[in-house]
Amino acid sequence: MNRVLDILAPFALIALLLAGWEIACRVTGVPAYFLPAPSDVAVALATDTASLMQAAWNTLSVALISLIIASVVAQGIALLVGLSPLMDRAVRPLASVLQVTPVVAIAPLVLIWAGIDHPERAIVALAVLVAFFPIFSGAVTGLKAADPDLERLFDLYGASRLQRVLRLRLPSAVPFLLEGHKVAAGLAVIGAVVAEFGAGSGGVRGLAWRILDAGNKLQTARMIAALVVLGLMGVVLHALLERAERAGLAWWRGR
Amino acid sequence: MTAPVVALEAVEVDYARRGRALGPFSLSIAPGEIVALVGPSGCGKSTALRLLAGLEQPTRGTVTRTAGRGETSVVFQAPTLAPWMTAQANVALPLELSGVPKIIARARAAAALARVGLAGAEEARPAQLSGGMAMRASLARALVTEPRLLLLDEPFAALDEITRRSLADDVLKLWRETRPAIIFVTHNVEEAAYMASRVAVMTRGPGRIAGEVVVPGHLPRLIGFRATPEFREAAEAVSDLLLKGSEMAA
Repeated sequence: MNRVLDILAPFALIALLLAGWEIACRVTGVPAYFLPAPSDVAVALATDTASLMQAAWNTLSVALISLIIASVVAQGIALLVGLSPLMDRAVRPLASVLQVTPVVAIAPLVLIWAGIDHPERAIVALAVLVAFFPIFSGAVTGLKAADPDLERLFDLYGASRLQRVLRLRLPSAVPFLLEGHKVAAGLAVIGAVVAEFGAGSGGVRGLAWRILDAGNKLQTARMIAALVVLGLMGVVLHALLERAERAGLAWWRGR
Repeated sequence: MTAPVVALEAVEVDYARRGRALGPFSLSIAPGEIVALVGPSGCGKSTALRLLAGLEQPTRGTVTRTAGRGETSVVFQAPTLAPWMTAQANVALPLELSGVPKIIARARAAAALARVGLAGAEEARPAQLSGGMAMRASLARALVTEPRLLLLDEPFAALDEITRRSLADDVLKLWRETRPAIIFVTHNVEEAAYMASRVAVMTRGPGRIAGEVVVPGHLPRLIGFRATPEFREAAEAVSDLLLKGSEMAA
């Protein structure tokens, strides 16, 4: 019984809030361009379903491509850094600068470099920048996280540097890499959306573009509908990644 | 007298921040001998073990090792098995690192697992093994290279009494097969007197030798050895030395 309540509780709250919103809109008669009622948003969602899904896919595919690029680049650099303490010292400050600089601030510059004809390249580049850091720092930490006694064992049997990386450091880093990719995937979506905003209405026709486009036309219900899809996409993505991480850890640990 | 497998002569180890960790300390182990190293916590037992293993160099003094690379094995306090590998792959690792072809390494690993009583657990992951079984796998990994020098760093500290005792007997039985020299670090007096033919007692840190006790009797131990006067006397002598050693430094 308690479990059923646990599952129902968030839905009940959402229903309650929506009902309050709907009633408030009807009673006050606030204009729809200012605050549309949930029923208006539902209508917008229903009529635009196909194009919203297309937009969601556009944003998601950009995020996924960015995640793959970020994954390869971040792990490659982390491996170099892990092999050479000097590289570590050289790369760290730059990586930190990259981490603390907001994407919105770099977006205009990257858009210029990508060229007016290729805003999608700029958006991918920006999402890569955002997704890079969690994977990089996870990999760097993970490569140093091997059990010190196992390291001693590798010393004892005269393991080569390559053996140490392939057979000890990389496998030891797996849990950190899983965590890093989980965080990075979420950030890649945020990065893609922010970059779309930066690119403006001429950019990739993703969810952010939908919000901008509907906003320019004062179609507030359509704005909120795009926002709802974005939120749902985030929730589903997070749940999937959470699961993937757990499955990955179970595979790594064998249990 | 044959040349020792490993000998420490007046070694001292200083660490940059903590100061003196060990010494002056001397210890020599003959081939096939079992020596227990007993001392209070923080006396530098583990440091001494790393010197004996050749994993660390002393600040002063000399270390003479005739056991070459690949002829020394260490069993650590924790099983330290790699969680992503099967028991068999973990045991085969030392061989594979020193260039033994994978098929041969895996076969020898399976045989080593069988010797420690883990036949059938080849495909198990460390997370699926109990504490005692994981320690056995760790022991198999140490024995798979057929070392001349086997170093055990408080290997049973985390196990319950029954498991400890049966593992102690197993280690002695395995010793009889290939007779490696064994150095067994522990802070358990009875375990030291049971496992070793010679017990070296260390003082409070920085550790020096407080004295040595020779334990008579057959190795591996015969049933009921713990009840014999020889065992009781040796254990008492070790306890006395420990007490004296902690007073000396205090």
